[in-house]
Amino acid sequence: MNPFSETAELVGEKLACRRGERLVFRGLDCRLLPGGALVLTGPNGSGKSSLLRLLATLLAPAAGCLLLNGMAVMDDPAHYRAMLHYVGHLEGVKPALSPYDMLGFWAALHGERRPAIDAALAAFGIERVADWPCRWLSAGQRRRLALARLIAAPAPIWLLDEPGAALDRDGAGRLESAIAEHRAAGGSIAVATHEPIALPGATILALDAFAAPPEDALAV
Amino acid sequence: MTAFIGLIRHDLRLAARQGGDIGLVLGFFVLAVILFPFGVGPEPELLRRIAAGIIWVAALLAAVLSLDRLFAADYADGGLDLIALSPVPLELAMLAKSTAHWLTTGLPLVIVSPLLALFVDLDPAALPALMLGLLLGTPAMSLLGAIAAALSLGARRPGVLMTLLVLPLYLPTLIFGAAAVEASLSAEGARSHLLLLAALSVAALPFAPLAAAAALRQALD
Repeated sequence: MNPFSETAELVGEKLACRRGERLVFRGLDCRLLPGGALVLTGPNGSGKSSLLRLLATLLAPAAGCLLLNGMAVMDDPAHYRAMLHYVGHLEGVKPALSPYDMLGFWAALHGERRPAIDAALAAFGIERVADWPCRWLSAGQRRRLALARLIAAPAPIWLLDEPGAALDRDGAGRLESAIAEHRAAGGSIAVATHEPIALPGATILALDAFAAPPEDALAV
Repeated sequence: MTAFIGLIRHDLRLAARQGGDIGLVLGFFVLAVILFPFGVGPEPELLRRIAAGIIWVAALLAAVLSLDRLFAADYADGGLDLIALSPVPLELAMLAKSTAHWLTTGLPLVIVSPLLALFVDLDPAALPALMLGLLLGTPAMSLLGAIAAALSLGARRPGVLMTLLVLPLYLPTLIFGAAAVEASLSAEGARSHLLLLAALSVAALPFAPLAAAAALRQALD
């Protein structure tokens, strides 16, 4: 069973990330296979969020390259971006619009013509507030809404930065089952998290192992 | 294409739900024009002579006032990441943003301009040149404004920086816009000025989104 138009195998080779003068990590190899899960661990500031933004092409790597099915992603960024979802710390929710409007907009941005908005709202249990302006939503509901865009427009690669933040137990359970379904369908996920999420068979990537020593901070 | 139309619809919907934004810009436009008779005195002769300049300067300042709406909220709430992650090229996304901005700022300014022409006693014969000039010139204001709005993202006082960046870019539009109104009352006719205004907008159409997208990439890094 594979609902995605093609399988996605993402490989990062010798990735390095620089923020200002500081080299956050270097020489990092990672691999994300269909159905796979990658859990990023490490202390605050070890570069978990930076790695996710780098995988999402929001940051350019200081060295190394990203390959999608053996091709450099920057050869065809539009194709790669259509295959991924990134959920970061900021939800991008507009206080004046309703969850229904937001999901429709996000799905359109993703190039989806027939978004599964109702299914997405139901998957994260926010159907009841679908027509409210988002300014009335709680932090947890806004998080659920941000996660619902994973369902509204299907994409094989999910990059999630602390997806469990602000979620209650019910929300965390919904997230876990959404991830399990996604992986069973051949999708893959990279997640940075401090809250424990049930991810059977996940690969752990400890980012502190790739930290650059201070004296190397300027060289790659 | 889905994403392009989605972006425009999203921005229009936001503007409709937050109707105050358009109202604020129009209110500023009207008030700025009304201030002039108080400042320079109510002699119709004098007002009539500077009427075109007053309206064009006020429209320009009103447009500047609305520019922070373009990206500031998206930048602060993470929405810009999602736009950058859309399969649609960032340049096209900028064009969509500018289009929505024009529909919610430039077009309303054009529509209320005849009312303001009344306040400053503009010769009714010059009205077509004024409205047509604004119609042709305001797209350039939205397009060039996107560059300044994108460049000033992340600055400590984005509003001030944006104003300083954008006003010089608006000068050609102001010159030809005001001149078109003057010329329409003389034997010369407004045609050449209007064509130049159109040329400014047409030239900005492909180049401004390129520059705005480059500035935005810088801000996102």
